[in-house]
Amino acid sequence: MDLLTASMSDTRKAIAEKKVSAAEVTKYFFARAEKLNPALNAFIKLNPDCLKQAESIDQKIAKGENVGVLAGIPFGIKDLLCTKGIETTAASKILTGFVPPYDSTVVARLKNAGATIVGKLNLDEFAMGSSNESSFHGVCKNPWNPEYVPGGSSGGSASAQAARLVMGTIGTDTGGSIRQPSSFCGVVGIKPTYGRVSRYGIVAFASSLDQAGPMVSTVQDAALTLEVIAGKDELDGTTSSRPVEAFSKNLSADMKGKKIGIVKEYHNSELVHPDIRKTYEQAIETLKGLGAEFVEVSIPLTKYAVSMYYLISASEASSNLARYDGVKYGYRSDFKDLSSLPLDEFYAQTRAEGFGKEVKRRIILGTFCLSSGYFDAYYNKACQVRRLLRNQYDEAFAKCDAIISPVTTTPQFKIGTRVYDPLKMYLNDIFTTSTNLAGLPGMSVPFGLTSDGFPIGIQLTGHHFQEQKILNVAYALEQNSPVKGKTPSVY
Amino acid sequence: MSTSNPSFRGFEAVIGIEVHVQLKTDSKIFSADATTFDSADNENTSPVSVGMPGTLPVLNKKAIEYAIKTGLALGCNVRKKSVFSRKNYFYPDLPKGYQISQYDEPICEKGSIQFEVEGKSKTVGITRAHLEEDAGKSTHFGQYTLINYNRAGIPLLEIVSEPEIHSPAEAAEYCRSIRSIVRYLEVCDGNLEEGSLRCDCNVSVRKVGETKFGTKVELKNINSFRFVEKAVEYEIHRQIDAIENKEKIVQETRLYDPDKNRTFTMRTKEDAQDYRYFPDPDLLPIIVTDAQLSQIKKELPELPLIRAARFVKDMQLSTHDAHLLTEERDLADYFEATGKACNNSKAAANWIITELLRELNDAKLSVSQSKVNAKNLADLIAEVDKGTISGKIAKTVFKEMWDSGSTPADIIKTKGLVQVSDPGEIEKIVADVLAANPDQVAEFKAGKDKVLGFFVGAIMKASKGKANPGLVNEILMKKLKE
Repeated sequence: MDLLTASMSDTRKAIAEKKVSAAEVTKYFFARAEKLNPALNAFIKLNPDCLKQAESIDQKIAKGENVGVLAGIPFGIKDLLCTKGIETTAASKILTGFVPPYDSTVVARLKNAGATIVGKLNLDEFAMGSSNESSFHGVCKNPWNPEYVPGGSSGGSASAQAARLVMGTIGTDTGGSIRQPSSFCGVVGIKPTYGRVSRYGIVAFASSLDQAGPMVSTVQDAALTLEVIAGKDELDGTTSSRPVEAFSKNLSADMKGKKIGIVKEYHNSELVHPDIRKTYEQAIETLKGLGAEFVEVSIPLTKYAVSMYYLISASEASSNLARYDGVKYGYRSDFKDLSSLPLDEFYAQTRAEGFGKEVKRRIILGTFCLSSGYFDAYYNKACQVRRLLRNQYDEAFAKCDAIISPVTTTPQFKIGTRVYDPLKMYLNDIFTTSTNLAGLPGMSVPFGLTSDGFPIGIQLTGHHFQEQKILNVAYALEQNSPVKGKTPSVY
Repeated sequence: MSTSNPSFRGFEAVIGIEVHVQLKTDSKIFSADATTFDSADNENTSPVSVGMPGTLPVLNKKAIEYAIKTGLALGCNVRKKSVFSRKNYFYPDLPKGYQISQYDEPICEKGSIQFEVEGKSKTVGITRAHLEEDAGKSTHFGQYTLINYNRAGIPLLEIVSEPEIHSPAEAAEYCRSIRSIVRYLEVCDGNLEEGSLRCDCNVSVRKVGETKFGTKVELKNINSFRFVEKAVEYEIHRQIDAIENKEKIVQETRLYDPDKNRTFTMRTKEDAQDYRYFPDPDLLPIIVTDAQLSQIKKELPELPLIRAARFVKDMQLSTHDAHLLTEERDLADYFEATGKACNNSKAAANWIITELLRELNDAKLSVSQSKVNAKNLADLIAEVDKGTISGKIAKTVFKEMWDSGSTPADIIKTKGLVQVSDPGEIEKIVADVLAANPDQVAEFKAGKDKVLGFFVGAIMKASKGKANPGLVNEILMKKLKE
């Protein structure tokens, strides 16, 4: 079998049937990661222990024991998710040296299912960014062209997956951080419904928006991985006890009679790049051809989505990041003499040195939004509008099974071209942030190519806990995708 | 209203109190860590309670139940929906950089508490009672600070009173009553020294007749009710002194130093923080159902004030004794058990207040640790009532019971303390005593009644205290008049 293109389920089957060993599979990807990572900088840290994990899977199989549905499948994990015994930094200097004594629930569930952990993937510092350029560990490259960003914040996950340094990755999405890099790198990424996947052990950015999800090569792999990581977790009170469906078994590309929503406010957006518009229209035509029906829906409040998103996410972040104070773990400024050091200075100096520019910008913004005298006008107002936005989505989904839209306004951009213009960078999020604000599941599936030959994704958004519906639409698109079989130059 | 409040040199004191009650749940409010007091430093911690990245709070349902219990006992409204918020500030003993607390939607609101101060009934409004997590504990030495996070995450119920307390005695009694209630409810052990109950007093003064509040000062670090009284007393006079010297009262937090009996500045309002409260997105709102509420209501024990009133009404105790006996639930239970077993509640009250409480206080023991149990004390009272022993002998027997833990019957039997009530036997002793003291008999006959006491003493001595005092008097008079 060709491991470079093999699906997870085929690989797992081959391992279970001893046609290939888990050790061979993990060794293959680990070697690939070691070789290609210097050019891509997708991994912050490789985990050589993954080989031992793989060997123990083989031993279990040799003894005839049951192994999980991801037995022997090598994964890369965004370095925002805590991994027991492996340094976890959130791509920030301030977490230097932090080795968690616990696994995030997502990682624990992957391990339980037999996955091996090849390493920790690059990201924007604390997942704040859309280009992976704010990482303390340096920018990550897009495997389709290393002069371009892979997107962000889960840039390392998208890059490693597109280059097949692993069979699967986990990313997180607070305002588009799974979908946008998936689109930029031509991989399948799904952000589940808020409450579907446990946030326990995932370094918090904006607690009411954060969700982890798979970033993988195919819709089938996405469905399988989601099955493994989703479901109620006693360690996260915001997870839902709703049962997790067999997403991968239930996949169906039958689009006959399926109702697809087109958002009026997005449809004629002048901000959208012509290549992206072309891909979007092509996707609609393809689905029409498969028998889907289209309905127009209106979500007027999406025009405030980016504003709401930055007010709420920065406010929550300003509080979530307060714990990085140099007292208990991670980075502490190298104080020569503590005896006459005021406590405020201890904090200020440690945090000034430990956090990067973008993170500081958001902490300051969030602190301001929550301050007395401003709280009502900013944070509170944003929360009120957020509830109304949710209601508008409820109305829209009364009419359709899934909403189709572009993922971003513009395609991949060159490294270094937007770092100095944060507002422009933020505007890239207009199609993705509403999904998080309303707590909906959303995904990106590769469907087009730019005139430069880069992949472009299509976004599908579903109603709460309707992941199956958007996976099915993505499955249909995938089978008819013009980019099917196209691979980046690093292959 | 204010004219009836105590005045201090022409001023009226206005006091509001915040009591932090540590709820005695087995685990912390948001994690599975133990809450034991005497654990080794940082033993009761986990990634959650020290605020490691990505960890999340999971609400302990028991803490909610205890908060509701307390709220109901204080006559509060319990919110159907209440919310946890984050109170943001930096301090090394605060692991997450914020404290999870309740802000604009606390679980309990608008109650009141009634208690007795110097024989008068007093009612103080309760503004709110809200749940929050405790912080860790810092110990400073030299240039270093050590932090013990065992306490971090222990559930606290902060009970906030209206500013309706007007004297040091009222302040102390208010705190005592809160303690009594939370101990009755068994939601807190009420140990001020270990910090499981902490009383912060907001004190201000104003000229009698003035309706505007003066500038308030918060007093912290008070670890006994006596110190509540002393700290408030000191602070009232410090503020009056300042006003009389034309100084300004600064809004600040002051600590009480019991050794020097004074308060001193901890931080002033200029350092006051903007806590940037906002709802904690990690925790869903607490929803209290009617069924849950009525279940908890059903399980509420009889509270001290109601119990005291019952003791006064049904057992004819004095108000003072009734309050003394009901301050602690264990003691009130002990009293009721004793009274019921000997069918003499008044005697039970007297024995407990005069004898048992004195011994317990001297030995620094609680009633549950007493070697004299309710049944034995009741038996002792019954022996007196039956006339088996005199009240005086009974005190000796009680002492023996306290020391040895034996039953009164055993002690009376082995020491031969049964009262002599046989008239013939007593007559013989009286005759002997009179025969041995002819001079005193002559004095009596000459009209000197005082010698009666001498005879009684001599007779009791001759009987080793066992002679029935009633019979002794009767027979003595009869013999002297022969």
